[in-house]
Amino acid sequence: MDTSIFLIQLLNAVQYGLLLFLVASGLTLIFGIMGIINLAHGSFYMIGAYMAFSLSSLTGSLAVAMVLGVVLSVIIGLFLEWALFSHLYRRDHLEQVLLTYGLILIFEELRSLIVGNDVHGVPVPSMLGGSIALGDTMTYPVYRLAMSAVCLAIALGMYLLIQRTRLGMMIRAGASNREMVGVLGVNVNLVFRIVFALGVALAAFAGMLAAPVSSVYPGMGQQVLIICFVVVVIGGIGSVRGALAAALLIGLVDTFGKVLVPEYAGVAVYLLMAGILLWRPEGLFRRA
Amino acid sequence: MPRRLIAPLAALALVALFPLSGATFYVELTTKIMIMAIFALSLDLLVGWTGLVSFGHAAYFGIGAYALAILSPKAAAAGLWSSLGIAVLAAAACAFVVGIFVLRTRGIYFIMVTLAFAQMFYFVFHDTQVGGGSDGRYVNLKPDASILGFVPFDLGRPVQAFYVVLVALVLVFAFLQLLLRSPFGRALQGIRANEQRMRALGFPVTAYKLAAFTLAGALAGLAGYLLAAQSGFVNPELLSWHESGNVLLMVILGGAGTPYGPIVGAFALTMLHEFFSSLTNHWQLFLGMTIVLIVLFMPGGLGHLLRRVRRSLFGGPPDG
Amino acid sequence: MADPVVAARGLTRHFGGLTACDGVELSLERGQLHALLGPNGAGKSTLINLLSGDLKPSAGSIRLRGVEIASLSPDRRARMGIGRSYQKTNIFPGFSVLENARLAAQSRRPQPWALFSDACRDEATLERGRRGLELAGLSEHVERQAGALSHGEQRQLEIAMVLATDPEVLLLDEPLAGMGAEESVRMVGLLRRLAADHAILLVEHDMDAVFALADVITVMVNGQVLESGPPAQIRASEQVQRAYLGHGEDGGG
Repeated sequence: MDTSIFLIQLLNAVQYGLLLFLVASGLTLIFGIMGIINLAHGSFYMIGAYMAFSLSSLTGSLAVAMVLGVVLSVIIGLFLEWALFSHLYRRDHLEQVLLTYGLILIFEELRSLIVGNDVHGVPVPSMLGGSIALGDTMTYPVYRLAMSAVCLAIALGMYLLIQRTRLGMMIRAGASNREMVGVLGVNVNLVFRIVFALGVALAAFAGMLAAPVSSVYPGMGQQVLIICFVVVVIGGIGSVRGALAAALLIGLVDTFGKVLVPEYAGVAVYLLMAGILLWRPEGLFRRA
Repeated sequence: MPRRLIAPLAALALVALFPLSGATFYVELTTKIMIMAIFALSLDLLVGWTGLVSFGHAAYFGIGAYALAILSPKAAAAGLWSSLGIAVLAAAACAFVVGIFVLRTRGIYFIMVTLAFAQMFYFVFHDTQVGGGSDGRYVNLKPDASILGFVPFDLGRPVQAFYVVLVALVLVFAFLQLLLRSPFGRALQGIRANEQRMRALGFPVTAYKLAAFTLAGALAGLAGYLLAAQSGFVNPELLSWHESGNVLLMVILGGAGTPYGPIVGAFALTMLHEFFSSLTNHWQLFLGMTIVLIVLFMPGGLGHLLRRVRRSLFGGPPDG
Repeated sequence: MADPVVAARGLTRHFGGLTACDGVELSLERGQLHALLGPNGAGKSTLINLLSGDLKPSAGSIRLRGVEIASLSPDRRARMGIGRSYQKTNIFPGFSVLENARLAAQSRRPQPWALFSDACRDEATLERGRRGLELAGLSEHVERQAGALSHGEQRQLEIAMVLATDPEVLLLDEPLAGMGAEESVRMVGLLRRLAADHAILLVEHDMDAVFALADVITVMVNGQVLESGPPAQIRASEQVQRAYLGHGEDGGG
């Protein structure tokens, strides 16, 4: 493989990994802090993508669609937490699995009713539509670079939020000891609601960001969910750092796998997971 | 006869007499439901007794089905007993290997990795030519049940297939009930109740879990084999997580850890499916809402409800 | 003096920056009740967990009858003859009292291959279960559901389960915790009887019980052994008094 192709695949791998991180970080935060496994998390990704499609067709601008979409997802997240998820905190995992599985069915059908089952493309915003040159013969789409940049910015923002703000402090405290935080007078319910809405928004935004590149199709939620599970298993539940490391690792394995061993690429990620399970069953960065 | 056996035996008699009514479509539907009941019983061994929530059980179901499809020549019938043996062994072997990995995890991780491994098997059958890729494969001729020249039954006849599956269901159910009260079964229940204590008492807990996982996989493979034999067609969706979610739903809907729960759940879920899909194309919406409502308001599932009804009708001890 | 049944040397356990156990030396001998005292945070729970296998040591060795067991899992050690009771009652609340003890006894006669036998009618495990219950004074309650017992009775069941496995070594973590006066007297009597044929490690806060029962007392402070010796020596020791008076009379609670 010559250098330009390697570079392109590397950039693809990083972009895919960073996008995965966006979705997986929401999942791992929600589990780490609230102890809820949410199978419907992938549906938020799908909802984001379809929102990008409908809103950008409506408004003519992907950027406007994204802003609207994020606002909508936060509202949806707050509502869902209040209506359903707040009842799940004390329930066992089996019931959470079941309820969120039911949610997946509901979301899929609602999407089917509202927008239909077609596959859609979303045009790349013209400002980001070009390609830049890599070496002599290859070019790379600007939009993909922009995607990676946005994801990195969000990752940095999350780091700052969690490490440097009061909310972040409450989140970290809540992650290690839920009851104690409540006893200390922090409004735990509010923190949970905010974290949940944040998780939903992250997943939806990732879907919006990915829409021009991966197109918008019904099965996209499920697909991303399972890979996110692998990210969380490899990275360690509750660890945002772990999610980043694992997502990038998976991005690399999956992208280079598709190039080097195309027939087995689908299996490669799971073999990686199996290997990690043998070596460190609690993930690379287990929660302290 | 113990009072608690009256209702189930009556139900069994009703089901056994059912084919005499002659409606072939319903005979085949009920056969399919009974196959799913076997599948659900196998999962309950993990979920209800041992406390292991597996979200990837469809993998072994699919492997059992694909085993028959792969072993069936295009123009001849596979030998039933040999192909069944291979199918169950293959499913058990895969469950054993996966078990070694997934049982290194607990709780939420376990749920996720069982799902992930099932997805891996799904991709093997979907992306490679091992099983005919995403189109699936046909079982052109039903497996041949002859033993040394004597043919006990013909799976090509729906009514005979019905009774074969019914007998299989009764045998699996009886086997699991016996297992439940055996030392091994009691140990599994102890593990579900308090795993740390079982370890402290000296039980090699992981070995027990692995045995349960393998056995459950074998029984799922049996169910998958029967499905392939009945429907004549296999495709990768048999290993999908929708299938895993479906069977988990049957177990919970019927009541995990109750003797008849999984069977009731298989019937109930299929009936719900039929009912909703006759109303609208978007039946999954109503199914989803039903699930959400059941979890919120009726966590014990139907099995729990049934026990309370039976208690109020027939009296008896608080926990059967 | 016979060789110790359990010998821990240089036992150390770190939790990140915290050293919960630091170079602890401890021996348990058959026929001897060895009590472990110390203020809260002294490392007693950590030590018991290290001996039972619920925690692995960062350094040091544990020998059971001369065999190194520090890297073995809790269930291996249990099968080798170590029995443990927990500070927080750790029974099977959904099963009957008899089934709790019977299942405990089953660990010694697992018979996983006997697929068609009815475990609940197995005479061998029932017998051992009943014996454990009798020793712990629970014979009248065999049919009751374990979760319905009073707190004191549940502590007795906790002990009965350990006894049903017929161990050589008993690691008892606050068996008297939460017990009323009458139940405590009964438990102390039981422990005295058990001391004769077992090697017992007792972690307790009830000073009267400890000084009445113990043959050897080890006092731990901040993860280290402060002093170890017969009760009279410990009672008279100035540094022990300082360690305790610094934290309150009965070592906290």
